Amino acid sequence: MRVTARFPLGKPNWPSSVPRPPVERRTGVDYETDWARTHAARLARAVIVDDVLRPVLHLIASPTVHGEDRLVGLEAPAIFVANHHSHLDTSVLLTSLPDRFRHKAVVAAAADYFFTTRAKGAMSALAIGAIPMERTKVGRRSADLAAELLEDGWNLIMFPEGGRSPDGWGRAFRGGAAYLALRCGRPVVPLYLEGTGRLWRRGKTWPKVAGKGEGVHLVFGSPMWPEDGEDARRLAARVEQAVGALADEWSTDWWSARRRAAAGTTPALTGPSGGAWRRAWALDATASSRSGRRSWP
Amino acid sequence: MSRPGFVLEVDRSTPPILFHHGEGFRLEKLPAGSRVIYPAEPVAPLKDPDAAIRHALLNPVGDSQPLPSLLRSGMKLTIAMDNQAVPLPPMQQPDNRQRVIEIVLDMAAAAGVDDVELIIAHGLHRRQTEPELRHMLGDRIYDSFAPHGMLTQHDAEDHDNLVLVGRTEQGEHVELNKRAVTSDLLIYVNVNLVAMDGGHKSTMTGISSYRSLKHHHNVTGMQHSRSFMDPPNSELHNSTWRMGRLLAGAVKIFQIETTVNTDTFPSQFGFLQKREWEWSARDRASYLATSKSLDRVPPRIARSIFHGIKSPQKMTSVQAGEVEAVHKLTLENVHKQHLVPVQGQTDVLTMGLPYVGPYNVNSILNPLLVMCLGLGYFFNLYRGKPLVRKGGVVILSHPTRWEFHPVHHPSYIDFFEQVLTETTDPLEIEKKFEEDFATDPWYIHLYRNSYAYHGVHAFYMWYWGAHALQHVGQVIIVGGEPRAVRRMGFKPASTLRDALEMAEDVVGRNPSITHIHNPPIFLADVT
Repeated sequence: MRVTARFPLGKPNWPSSVPRPPVERRTGVDYETDWARTHAARLARAVIVDDVLRPVLHLIASPTVHGEDRLVGLEAPAIFVANHHSHLDTSVLLTSLPDRFRHKAVVAAAADYFFTTRAKGAMSALAIGAIPMERTKVGRRSADLAAELLEDGWNLIMFPEGGRSPDGWGRAFRGGAAYLALRCGRPVVPLYLEGTGRLWRRGKTWPKVAGKGEGVHLVFGSPMWPEDGEDARRLAARVEQAVGALADEWSTDWWSARRRAAAGTTPALTGPSGGAWRRAWALDATASSRSGRRSWP
Repeated sequence: MSRPGFVLEVDRSTPPILFHHGEGFRLEKLPAGSRVIYPAEPVAPLKDPDAAIRHALLNPVGDSQPLPSLLRSGMKLTIAMDNQAVPLPPMQQPDNRQRVIEIVLDMAAAAGVDDVELIIAHGLHRRQTEPELRHMLGDRIYDSFAPHGMLTQHDAEDHDNLVLVGRTEQGEHVELNKRAVTSDLLIYVNVNLVAMDGGHKSTMTGISSYRSLKHHHNVTGMQHSRSFMDPPNSELHNSTWRMGRLLAGAVKIFQIETTVNTDTFPSQFGFLQKREWEWSARDRASYLATSKSLDRVPPRIARSIFHGIKSPQKMTSVQAGEVEAVHKLTLENVHKQHLVPVQGQTDVLTMGLPYVGPYNVNSILNPLLVMCLGLGYFFNLYRGKPLVRKGGVVILSHPTRWEFHPVHHPSYIDFFEQVLTETTDPLEIEKKFEEDFATDPWYIHLYRNSYAYHGVHAFYMWYWGAHALQHVGQVIIVGGEPRAVRRMGFKPASTLRDALEMAEDVVGRNPSITHIHNPPIFLADVT
């Protein structure tokens, strides 16, 4: 039985006739991250990323970067968009983007996952420069913040699938990155991440260390500018196709991938439809000949 | 806005002038009254090279249709390209060739072209290694084509894969790579470093055979090329143009030419592209640190440091379409960057030779290449009249070590030991020795299967300087290894002052002196 002290020793009741003032939420999408973009916080983040994340990542994931030359001549800010398989993805991007982008980058992170408590939010904002992004409902606040930052010269890293892959296949891209590209007139850089899901897939508490030939790979695509009259949905679809073509390029070669892209036969990131086992089975068939490993059984 | 090149009149207040000296530099005080020719500063590069390439492919010049309308499913497409002899030093990635070929291939993919082969048009040069190819073309192209045997290096001794297209009215054989000639469309991708490159010369040297090359790579042709950097007055170009027109009548060619600016050295070597009186404290510190440390390391280490340099040159123009119309525009763009007006010739011409020329990328600038770079390339960087008067003296500054790369330049070693000990006269050399070296089965084997220049290539190096040898009264090499210098019939000198004194014996007291502050490259327009 719960014993409560009576007022004035205990808490008073709120009279039902008096409306309660709205509670000021300070978590989730309302978490303020301005402090994490001050010079002091950026310096701390640079130390964390370069002196902690990078060595750890190299130890467990040995990331290799391909196609960085495609970014030659591209000026910041830009929106970097990648497929999403693992918590390692952000670290790979933050340590692999060219310096002119990564030292002034924010990561769009799920408000309902990384910002559920103030401590988690502070950690995310400081360590990876996370900004809260609404993913369960349409809200202006996170879009306005991202647009404001882009206009202010910050590069934005986004995972438009809206979360890590549950089964190793990709999911349809949402339109947020494309909307921001159109709104701010900045390019989207498609990226393809390969192998992070193998090391730390969704549902696992700890990552495993990459064995020989199991390192992760990041493939840069060519920057994509919105075309005349293009809307966010079309641009998002183009970006998704571009990431798919990068995946194809990774698993075969660039020329074959270009031919399939031109013919409209690039394999979709989302994989085949059908039962779960068939999707898992088909996943093995996409394993690159370069990695020399099978993901199944 | 880049400043144009100009001629400096040296007076007592002029600081010492930088001379390249192989894998090092020298600061030399030139006598008052000397002239120094400075190149133009790098012209502004294209803001969006990829867009410019697409525009050029869609809006070709001359009698040519846009590239997409020349591509169709089921066709046989060959893309030939310049090898790593240009640009110098090799440019930072992405190279112009990678940019152009990726866009061409994108268009080919859109048209459903399956049968595509890429050919490195290196003529009688050595084959390139995998890392060199990857640097030039990027991993995407290399990984797409090389594993399937669709990225090949032209083999001028593979007679099964050469075809005689015909003979010109002058009897010149046009014998070229079979794949290129039997394609529905031959696309040639060029990087134009100097005015000599490009046009019909690209195919006529890059994908041809010895039988074809000897019509224009010969002593008479070179002696009548005044200069070979000025195509309208070059016998080398007259011949390749005749032969090229014959080819153009037999095969559909789509030429894509690009030019680069003279942003030659990365920032740590920024002082090499500045005028000495504009050197900042940083430039002076980097000059001192670089030259002092280079003096203390073995040449092998210094060489590997220098060959690690990738130049920040950028694309300044791209044009595509019919060969001659394209090349006309290319030359205009090259001249915009390179031309420096110079009035009058000089008695003594001085030049500092750098560590690299077209034939020693990742290799050694051996004595023959020193001769070729100085008396071939630098001497010929003129339009109108040679910079030095007839009977004048050329002073080169280079260590000129008796050192050859045994894998890359095997025939050079024998040329140096066997040919130059008998004569240095190009005509006699050509008559007496060329055929033996050109048909030597061991050199042919090394050219085809190792990474060696063709047996006859050493001869071409000597012929490249034939016009200069005919024109000048004496050649002196400052800082050169005496026995190597003497073997070539030149005179060694320890210092520039000594060399100038020696020159007075030939051209008389108080000669006029001109120094070419090169590289970055320029083309003297001498009137």
